[in-house]
Amino acid sequence: MSVIAASLDEALGAVTDGCMLAVPREVAGVPMAATRALIRRGVRRLHLVALPTSTLQADLLIGAGAIATLETSAVSLGEFGPAPRFTDAMLNGRIRMLDATCPALHAAFQAGEKGVPFMPLRGILGSDVLKFRPDWRVIDNPFGNADPIVLLPAIKPDVALLHAPMADRAGNVWIGRQRELATMAHAAKRTIVTVERIHDGDLLADPVLAAGVLPGFYVERIAVAEKGCWPLGLPDHYAADLAHLAAYAKLAATAEGFAKYLDEHVYARRAA
Amino acid sequence: MLRTRGFPLPTLPRKRGRESNRMRQRASAVTEAYRPEELLADVIARMIGDVRHVAVGNASPIPATAALLCRARGHGRPYVSLLQSRKHNFFTDGGCELFDCAAQGRVDVFFLSGGEIDGEGNINLVSIGEHDHPKVRFPGSFGSAHLYYVVPKVILFRTEHSRRTLVPRVGFVSAPGASPDNVYRPGGPIGLVTNRCVFAFDKARRRFRLDSVHAGHTVDEIVEHTGFGFDRPALVPQTLAPSAESLRLMRGVVAPELAEVYPQFAAAVFGQPAATQSA
Repeated sequence: MSVIAASLDEALGAVTDGCMLAVPREVAGVPMAATRALIRRGVRRLHLVALPTSTLQADLLIGAGAIATLETSAVSLGEFGPAPRFTDAMLNGRIRMLDATCPALHAAFQAGEKGVPFMPLRGILGSDVLKFRPDWRVIDNPFGNADPIVLLPAIKPDVALLHAPMADRAGNVWIGRQRELATMAHAAKRTIVTVERIHDGDLLADPVLAAGVLPGFYVERIAVAEKGCWPLGLPDHYAADLAHLAAYAKLAATAEGFAKYLDEHVYARRAA
Repeated sequence: MLRTRGFPLPTLPRKRGRESNRMRQRASAVTEAYRPEELLADVIARMIGDVRHVAVGNASPIPATAALLCRARGHGRPYVSLLQSRKHNFFTDGGCELFDCAAQGRVDVFFLSGGEIDGEGNINLVSIGEHDHPKVRFPGSFGSAHLYYVVPKVILFRTEHSRRTLVPRVGFVSAPGASPDNVYRPGGPIGLVTNRCVFAFDKARRRFRLDSVHAGHTVDEIVEHTGFGFDRPALVPQTLAPSAESLRLMRGVVAPELAEVYPQFAAAVFGQPAATQSA
C-alpha cells in the first residue's frame, strides 16, 4: 500500500473516537482541511493536545462536539479576540481542560521522543497551573541543594496530525524549520500528514532539503490537501484569510451562528 | 474606535476614546501629536534598555512595536524575536528554541500581560471564579509560567487600566510575581505599563511604585482606577513624550515590519496596508 492515501478521509482513518490527537501551533501549519474532514466524519471524545497553543482548529473541534479533553497552553483567535466556542465550553463545563504552559508541552513531547518517563523544567513552582495538574510532580533536584524542580510526564499521542508544504512518494515530509513537527511525530505512535503537493524525487537525496525532512519512517499516511491550512496561513506559502477569520469570530459568538458556519464551510464543502 | 488589546475581556465595553483624545490634545501642545500606542511603545522601548535579545510573544503588538523601535535605533542591536513571525525570528529549532534560550539566560527581555494583574505582580491568564466552572475564562497561560521566572526583565503591559484588571488578588496565578529564596528564579517583573501610567516593580518589597503618569492623566485618577495598593513619591513625574525621531522610526521603519504579524494593529495605528505573503 502506498503511503500516499487516495483521499483525505482514508488518510484520517487512524484518528478514532477517544484517541489522543496531537496538533501544532498556527505558525507551524495547522491541518485545517483535515480538521474539517474529521468534523464531517463526526469524530468524538478526542483528547486534543495542541503543541503548545491553538486558535481556530481547537475552537472548531470544540464547537462541533469532537473534544472531551483539551490539553494546551492557550486558545484564542489572536487579533480577532477570544475563541468563542472554547470560551463557551469552558464557562459551561463542557470539556475537561488541562491547562499547561508552552515549554512544559514542548518538554513533555521531548520526553516522549526520547523514550524517558519525564522531563524536568524550570519555573511553574508556586503557580496555579501546577496546582491543577496533579500529574505534574515536584522533586528536589538530585544534583542541587534543596532546589525544587517540576517534572512533566512524557506525552505519547496516539496520532500526530500535521500539514507541510510537500512530501515525496516514499513518505518523506519536508517540514523546513518547524522542528517541533518532527518532535511531535517522534513522540506519537502514528503520524498523519497533509501536504500542499507531492514532490517527484527523493527529499533525502539533496542534503539541503534533507536537513528539513521528517523521514517517511515516522509517517503512516499522507494526503494531498492544497491550501490545507486555509483559512489559516502556511508560512512562506500563503497568508491567513483575514476576512474569513473576522467573519468566523462574529458568527461563532453564538451557537446558532456557529452552526451556520459549520453548514456553510465544513459540511457543505466536501472538497474543502 | 481605536483598540489595542492584550487579552480582551469579552463582557464589558471599553471607554477609552475620551482619554485617548485628551492625550492627543495635551501632547500636541508641546510636541508632535502622537497616538497612545506610540507613547506606550516609546516608554517600553526605554525600559528595554541596551540588551542583546528581546523576545515578544502572542497578542503583544505594542511590545513588538517597542522591540522593533529599539532595533531600529540600535542599527540591528538587539536581536528581536517575534514569536509568530516568519521574518523577525531567527529560530531554526522549532517552538521550543525560544524557551530553551530563555531557560539558559539568552533572552534578556520579555513581555507579559494578564486578564488580571495584582499588586504583588501575580498575573492571571486563565480564569476568574471556580477553576472547573469559571465566571470568566481567558485564553490560557501561554509561556508565562516559565518565562516569568527565567527572563531577567519582564515588562508587564495592560492597555485597560481599571479595577477589574488591576486587582487586589488575582483569581488564578498563571505565574507569581516573586518566589521563595530557594526557588530558581533569575527573572521576574521590572515594571507595569498601562494606558494611564508606568509602575516600577520593587522586588524586595513585592510592590509596585508609581513611576510616571501619562499626559492627560492624574495621580488621583490612577488611585481611583487601581485595585491594588502601591507606593508613590511625593511628586510623580509626567511620562516623557516620544521624540520626533522615535515617531519617525515607528511610523516609517517599524510599521511595515509589524504588519506581517499584526496586520489589524498596524492598519489601525499606523495606517499601514496589510502585507501580502508570496509563495
